[in-house]
Amino acid sequence: MTTFFHTAEQREYILETVGLSKEFRGFVAINQVDLKVRKGTIHALIGPNGAGKTTVFNLLTRFLKETAGAIIYKGRDITHSRADSIARLGIVRSFQISSVFPHLTVRENVRVALQRKHGMDMHFWRPARELNRLNREADALLDEVGLESFVNLQAVELSYGRKRALEIATTLALDPELMLLDEPTQGMGHEDVGRIADLIRKVAANRTILMVEHNLDVVANLSHWITVLQRGEVLAEGSYDEVSGNPQVIEAYMGTAHG
Amino acid sequence: MWSSSLQRRLPRIVDMPRMTIVAGIIVLGALLVLPQFIYPVFLMKAMCFALFACAFNLLLGFTGLLSFGHAAFFGSASYISAHALKVWGFTPELAILAATLNSALLGYLFAYVAIRRQGIYFAMITLALSQMVFFAALQLPFTGGEDGIQAVPRGALFGFIDLSDNRTLYFFVLAIFLFGLFAVWRIVHSPFGQILKAIRENETRAMSLGYRVDYYKLVVFVLSATLSGLAGGTKALVVQVASLTDVTWQMSGEVVLMTLLGGMGTIFGPAVGATVVLSLQNYLSSLGSLVTIIIGVIFVVCVLAFRRGIVGELQARWPRRNQ
Ligand SMILES: Nc1ncnc2c1ncn2[C@@H]1O[C@H](COP(=O)(O)OP(=O)(O)OP(=O)(O)O)[C@@H](O)[C@H]1O
Ligand SMILES: [Mg+2]
Repeated sequence: MTTFFHTAEQREYILETVGLSKEFRGFVAINQVDLKVRKGTIHALIGPNGAGKTTVFNLLTRFLKETAGAIIYKGRDITHSRADSIARLGIVRSFQISSVFPHLTVRENVRVALQRKHGMDMHFWRPARELNRLNREADALLDEVGLESFVNLQAVELSYGRKRALEIATTLALDPELMLLDEPTQGMGHEDVGRIADLIRKVAANRTILMVEHNLDVVANLSHWITVLQRGEVLAEGSYDEVSGNPQVIEAYMGTAHG
Repeated sequence: MWSSSLQRRLPRIVDMPRMTIVAGIIVLGALLVLPQFIYPVFLMKAMCFALFACAFNLLLGFTGLLSFGHAAFFGSASYISAHALKVWGFTPELAILAATLNSALLGYLFAYVAIRRQGIYFAMITLALSQMVFFAALQLPFTGGEDGIQAVPRGALFGFIDLSDNRTLYFFVLAIFLFGLFAVWRIVHSPFGQILKAIRENETRAMSLGYRVDYYKLVVFVLSATLSGLAGGTKALVVQVASLTDVTWQMSGEVVLMTLLGGMGTIFGPAVGATVVLSLQNYLSSLGSLVTIIIGVIFVVCVLAFRRGIVGELQARWPRRNQ
C-alpha cells in the first residue's frame, strides 16, 4: 500500500494530457489536446490523414518536444522525461512504419528487449552465448504472436505483416503498463488483420492500450473509448456508437474521403 | 553431414565459425615463425597499428560512429608510456598500464563532450579535441616538443625479464596484441555488443525500448580509446620513441583508411588493413612523399572496387556451405 493520496481521477486515468500543443515552424499540428486514457481500457485515437495522431504519440513518448501543455502518467508529470526513461516507466510504443532490427534474427529482436530487464545489457566481457538464457522467454512471446516458426530468420526477411507482429512481440517483452500502437494493422491482408486484432484483445487483458487505427472494423470491435482528432484538435469523444453517429465526425471522414 | 557434425563440436569451445578458427590458427602460426624471416621491430609495429585499427573499428564498424580524433588516444599513450619508462623508471607492463589508463580517461572526456552529436558534428568535435591534445603534446615540457621523447629504455618485464632483445620483446608484444584482439572480439560478441548492434540498426527503436543510447555509445567509446591506448603505449616501448607523428590529425585519418581498407564490419579486417598500409610505407619508403600518393591511389581503387574492404570482400565471396 502506498501512502499517497489518490483522487478518484488519478486512479481512473493512467494517462492525461493537459492543453498539449505542438507547432512545427508556425504550423499548428496539435492544438490544446486534453486526452484522458482510462486504466485497463483499449482507447482508440482516430482521425483523417494528417490529423496529428502520430504527432500525439511522438509527444507522449518524448520523441518530440511539446510547444505547450503537460503530460501526466499515473499522477506524475512526465513532460520533461527522455524517450528512453518513458519506456522504463512502462509506456512502450510501436511505430507506424514497422520498426525492427533488420539484421538481427527474429529471436534476437525480442531478446534485445529482454536484455535490459535481466541486467544483461552491459556485459561486454561475457560471451553472447549467455543470451541463450533468454530464449525460452523470447520464444514464448514469439509463440504468442504466431512467429514461432521464424525464430532464426533475419527480421528483414519477414513479410510486412509479420514484421508488425514481431514489433508487437518486442513491445510485449517489456510488459508495458501502457502500450501505444500506431496503426498496428496498416498494410496487412485480411487474415493478418484478424490475427492482430485478436492479439491486441488478448494482451489488453492486463494493460492499457492506446492505439491509432484506420480500420474502423477493428476500432469498433476492440475499443472501449474513442477520441477523434481533426486538424490537431479533439473533434469528438465517446463510445463507438456515440462517435460514429456524430454528424461532425461523419462530415470529417466524408470530407477527406471525397475532397 | 560430416562437416556439419564437426562444425557442431569444434566451435562450441570458442563460439566461432570454423573458418575463423582455421584462419586464426594459420595467422597465429605465422606470427610465431615470422620473426625468423622479417625484422621483428617491423612486425611489432605492425601489431600495434593493427590493434589500434581494430580498437577504432569498435566505433566505426560496430557502432557506426566516425571518430576523427583517435590519434589522441594512440599518441598520448605513447608519450605517457615513454615518459613512465624513461623518467619514472616504471617497468614496461606498468608503463603500458599507465598509458592505457590515460587513454581511458581521455576517452571518457572526449565522449562526454561529443557523444550527443551526430554524424559529421561528432567527427568534427573529436577532431577539435584531438587537436587540443596535439597542442598539449607540442607545448608541455615533458613531451620534448618537436623532438619528442627519444632513447626510451625498454626496461625489464616485471623487473626481471630483459626486453632489450627484440625476440623476447616480440613475444610480449604478441601477447598484448592477442589480448587486445580477443577483447575486441569479445566486446563485439557479447550481450553488450548485441545492444550496440541494435543501436546501429535502429537507434529510435532501441530508445523506445528504454535504452539510453548515449550511455552505450559512451561506454564503447571509452573501450575503444582504452584499447587504442594499449596499442600506443606498446608502440613507444617497441620503437623507443614517442613523437608528434602519432598525435597528428593525419594519424587519425590513417586509422580510418586502415579500417576501411581491411573491412570495417569485420573483426580482423582493420588488422589486415593496417599491415598493408604499414608494409607499403615500409617497402616504398625510398620513394619519399610518393608513398602518400601511392597509398592514396590504392585506397581510392579499393573503396571503388571492394567497398567492403579486403576481409569484407573475402567473407562475402566465401561460399557459405556451412550455413
Ligand atoms: N516533424 C515534422 N515537421 C513538420 N511537420 C510535421 C512533422 N511531423 C508531422 N508534421 C505535420 O503534422 C501534421 C500531423 O501529422 P501526423 O503524422 O501526426 O498525422 P497522422 O494523424 O498520424 O496522419 P496519418 O494518418 O497519415 O498517419 C501533418 O500535417 C504533418 O505534415
Ligand atoms: Mg500517423
